[in-house]
Amino acid sequence: MKITGTQAIMKCLKEQNVNVIFGFPGGAVIDLYDEIMRTEWLTHVLVRHEQAAVHAADAYARVRGEVGVALVTSGPGATNTVTGIASAYLDSIPMVVFTGQVPTALIGNDAFQEVDIVGITRPCTKHNYLVKDPKDLVPTIREAFHIARTGRPGPVLIDLPKDVMAAMITFPEEKPIRMRTYRPTYEPHPGQIEKACQAMLHAKRPVLYIGGGVIASNASDEVTELGRKLSIPVTMTLMGLGGFPGTDPLSLGMLGMHGTYYANMAVAECDLLIAVGARFDDRVTGRIDAFAPEAEIIHIDIDPASISKNVEVDIPIVADCRQAVAAMNSWFNRAKDFDRDKVAQRHEPWLEKIRGWKDKHPLGYLEETDVIKPQFVVEKLHELTHGDAIITTEVGQNQMWAAQFYQFNKPRHFMTSGGLGVMGYGFPAAIGAQMAAPDKVVIDIAGDGSIQMNIQEMATARQYHCPVKIAILNNNYLGMVRQWQELFYDKRYSNTTLDVAPDFVALARAYGAVGLRATKPSEVEPVIKEALATDNLVIMDFVISREEGVYPMVPAGKATTEMLLV
Amino acid sequence: MKHTISVLLQNKPGVLSRVTGLFSGRGFNIESLAVNQTLDPEVSCLTLVTTGPDSIIEQITKQLHKLIDVIKVTDMREVECVEREMALIRVKAEAATRAEVLRIVDIFRGKVVDVSPKSYAIELTGDDKKIQALIDILKPIGIQEIVRTGTIAMARAKKTP
Ligand SMILES: Cc1ncc(C[n+]2csc(CCOP(=O)(O)OP(=O)(O)O)c2C)c(N)n1
Ligand SMILES: [Mg+2]
Repeated sequence: MKITGTQAIMKCLKEQNVNVIFGFPGGAVIDLYDEIMRTEWLTHVLVRHEQAAVHAADAYARVRGEVGVALVTSGPGATNTVTGIASAYLDSIPMVVFTGQVPTALIGNDAFQEVDIVGITRPCTKHNYLVKDPKDLVPTIREAFHIARTGRPGPVLIDLPKDVMAAMITFPEEKPIRMRTYRPTYEPHPGQIEKACQAMLHAKRPVLYIGGGVIASNASDEVTELGRKLSIPVTMTLMGLGGFPGTDPLSLGMLGMHGTYYANMAVAECDLLIAVGARFDDRVTGRIDAFAPEAEIIHIDIDPASISKNVEVDIPIVADCRQAVAAMNSWFNRAKDFDRDKVAQRHEPWLEKIRGWKDKHPLGYLEETDVIKPQFVVEKLHELTHGDAIITTEVGQNQMWAAQFYQFNKPRHFMTSGGLGVMGYGFPAAIGAQMAAPDKVVIDIAGDGSIQMNIQEMATARQYHCPVKIAILNNNYLGMVRQWQELFYDKRYSNTTLDVAPDFVALARAYGAVGLRATKPSEVEPVIKEALATDNLVIMDFVISREEGVYPMVPAGKATTEMLLV
Repeated sequence: MKHTISVLLQNKPGVLSRVTGLFSGRGFNIESLAVNQTLDPEVSCLTLVTTGPDSIIEQITKQLHKLIDVIKVTDMREVECVEREMALIRVKAEAATRAEVLRIVDIFRGKVVDVSPKSYAIELTGDDKKIQALIDILKPIGIQEIVRTGTIAMARAKKTP
């Protein structure tokens, strides 16, 4: 029996266990939308801008650990997805984006709403396809999901000409996917595990440095076991937050440009750095030759191209992080000469030194009684949600304060545009996260600038009953840029004051949401409590100390030990 | 350092631009590039010559491997191989120099493929050193135009059975 291409696409989604997609219609995908209306098991979330569909799918994928799906029309619908795709690519988020395309006969003709989206997204997708022959439709979709979720995950785009979707096809049976050219390595090489464990056994000042790969491969339990078993302090990248409990005494918090004093000092003085699913990004390393200069480096990553890209690695392990760390744990469980207490004792002077750094420069801020400190807001959010909320962020100071002060204890609870740093990510991401976890408290920690980049999604959140809480840390500035201007441009605040700003409380009301404002520290707690008790979309507008800075800060190009402190 | 890299890839539309896009996007350079079908019509062989320190060459091969359509990447520096490229050179050949040009072409085992009253077009195959040597010798006589293909390379067969 033959079915239409659009029916086949629905069957493919079902096969892949997709039941929520984010999208926006148009002429090239109108047939597909007609089919969606007939497909009861599928929830389509109608966003108000295609960029938001992609960010929402991104966060949905992160919360669920599944492939997120977005659907848009050709031309402008497709180009509007590019920022979201690039963000997902840099953060290695599994995602499939379907774009409509003009009929095959018109491709290359500058037809109405035609763009070469496969060409445009080639450098920011893990892979992409233009389906020209209806018989390739189903195999392509299956392969796309396979590529998106395996190996180092990433976004895959499928461009669907209108006639291909309208064609009648026979639905091919599902077969295990075997690709000639793509076979990621999951299992670690036992010899390398042995070498790495020997190095760990003899290190005096080890540090675990974990990144987004730990979250992606669900390796948090294994990493936590390893850290505790060997008394190794653990620092996390922005993408790795939640990969190890932030409140554990071994946690050093985040490292890098806005990392903690003690994390950066520990990395600078360690003799063994164990990188797990992290990629030595410039925001993490600072001046590269001063990064972990005394350390032997072990690097576990599923992507061989990440290894020795920025920093020469001594013991490379190409593997799935979870499998590799699990293999290390069992190596130590078997090892005769491994004695947990002895190792703890041997590391004690190192841990003592780190405690000294923690005492000397804890993560903190100057408290004030008459103006609201943003860090205080984040701490209160943590306290009143018992550290259990899903936090998304925008970009800028708000993002760094969220990362520093909401101590993440669990994976898949923190979503931020880490690699690309997209202002406007947090709110659509919060909607995606709420769709993925309807019973969770989801908070977008936002800046007054960023929130305006996708503010139109208030309608989406209302329409799908997503009771997301937006906490705007309102400094009436493009604060992070202003901070650089303050420090490095003689306080010349070129175009970073937001002279005209909306009344966010009134704006919330205009969308049928709830708007709350706090201008004094004493109002922070009541506002958060009221928001958490409200079963609706809420904007909390926290008017904060305007020129607060994010510290510590490593100026660009400096060594991570050259931190500016509070 | 100069490296010849041989890449086997799926013969599909857009594959070449994935490779060249990778090079331009990551700031790797391409000195020459040649691509054509192999015995298996579904597979193309792309040969490219690039320069860079070992760390960059390592990144290039790893990033090429990461492309979904790439089947195999070989740095020909690590294997025994023959390398060839072809050049077409139009050189001034007037009464006084015609005989000398022919003599030189003969020494290099080149061929004259086009003749006019004032010039010869010469075809030469060889590795880049040989072609460069001919160019250097003909230069004083007067080269009018050069067109060169990219390098192609093939691993040598094992000498012992
Ligand atoms: C789409 C986009 N444009 C520009 C930037 C550059 N940028 C980084 S942070 C920032 C300021 C953000 O202001 P706001 O959202 O108010 O956050 P704050 O730093 O004040 O907390 C800007 C403009 C960016 N990251 N993303
Ligand atoms: Mg701001």
